[in-house]
Amino acid sequence: MKKVICYVNQFFGGIGGEDKADQEPYIVEGVVGPTMAINAALKDAEVTHTVVCGDNFMGSNTEEALSRIMGFLEDKEMDLFIAGPAFQAGRYGVACGNVCKAVKEKFGVPVLTSMNGENPGADMFKKDVIIFKGGTGAVKMRQDVKVLTNFANKLLAGEPNLGCEAEGYFERGCRHEVFLEDIRENTAAYRGVQMLKKKMAGEPYQTELVIPEKDLVPIAPAVELKDAVVALVTTSGCVPVENPDRIQSASATRWGRYSIKDMDRLEAGVFKTIHAGYDPAAGNADPNVLVPLDAVRAYEKEGKFARLHDYFYTTVGTGTTEAEATRMAEEMIPFLREDGVNAIILGST
Amino acid sequence: MTVGANRIVPTISIPYPLGDPNTPKEEQWKLRYHRVGVALDAIATDVTEQTVFKVRI
Repeated sequence: MKKVICYVNQFFGGIGGEDKADQEPYIVEGVVGPTMAINAALKDAEVTHTVVCGDNFMGSNTEEALSRIMGFLEDKEMDLFIAGPAFQAGRYGVACGNVCKAVKEKFGVPVLTSMNGENPGADMFKKDVIIFKGGTGAVKMRQDVKVLTNFANKLLAGEPNLGCEAEGYFERGCRHEVFLEDIRENTAAYRGVQMLKKKMAGEPYQTELVIPEKDLVPIAPAVELKDAVVALVTTSGCVPVENPDRIQSASATRWGRYSIKDMDRLEAGVFKTIHAGYDPAAGNADPNVLVPLDAVRAYEKEGKFARLHDYFYTTVGTGTTEAEATRMAEEMIPFLREDGVNAIILGST
Repeated sequence: MTVGANRIVPTISIPYPLGDPNTPKEEQWKLRYHRVGVALDAIATDVTEQTVFKVRI
């Protein structure tokens, strides 16, 4: 019987939500939450242990958390390590990537995880770790676990990996060796020439090594601060307490702009956060830790820059797709341009 | 880095990027004032690639 060890966060570990996100890592024998489903779907293998760690603890003390987890695993037998699935939960996805990468490097065992393409962990770790393309939320748990464990079973049985497209994981930008039948049509020279002929004839062809692209915007030139009209934009979900534009707490499609004219700071009780991806206590007690109006005003009074734009712009960043974020930015830009804004401080949470 | 921002100033935590509620108000203010200052200087600095600016507090 092959041995598999799993990793889940505090939520899937069954100890609690955001209020338990500071949970330090620990290990238990056997299954917890979703690792029960993983265990049930494994053939000739079992989940012997599950590691649980709070997303905030992992995010804020990454090295410490990883070192403790490596300590838990040091004396355990393990043929495979599985983290998640993490869906679109950003901190959880990054945690799964970090843990998988560390386990692979330290113990040399295969590691697998699953998350949604919009999860920042996917871009960060897809080159280091096999990450299956997962759903947006836990409602896809059964499906994501099935894909993950199907591949795990193949891997443990020593069956060949058919590559990212066929198996359903994110492209790693690397090639792995496959032995094809020893005939002329399978040689690299023959395949290359066929591709070239198609290209020359203007026919569609598919390269065998696609280079993944990173989505970067051109770098804006520096501005002269003495002429700068600065605006504050935030993905922290900081809004007037009544949330007049009903911006969603997650997967936002709406944004708002709110006047900060004649305000020296954002007062608690006047502004709050409606972001569902983090504990709102600190931001509600002092919204300036999210949108630093007090500090920006201080610099404005000192004359460090020309003036602050009269509104701040806000939406919620958790689970928000790149496509929606791009659209919202494009909708904000005309308002900013109209007032001559030429520099923006975008605060994220 | 992965979201593609070109000028980045580190903050301290997701729920409170610019002021740890477990520290005195004055300390939070110092940190926030410093990092916003770094951000303003970053806007006025030419860069050739994605750049994470250094903070002292």
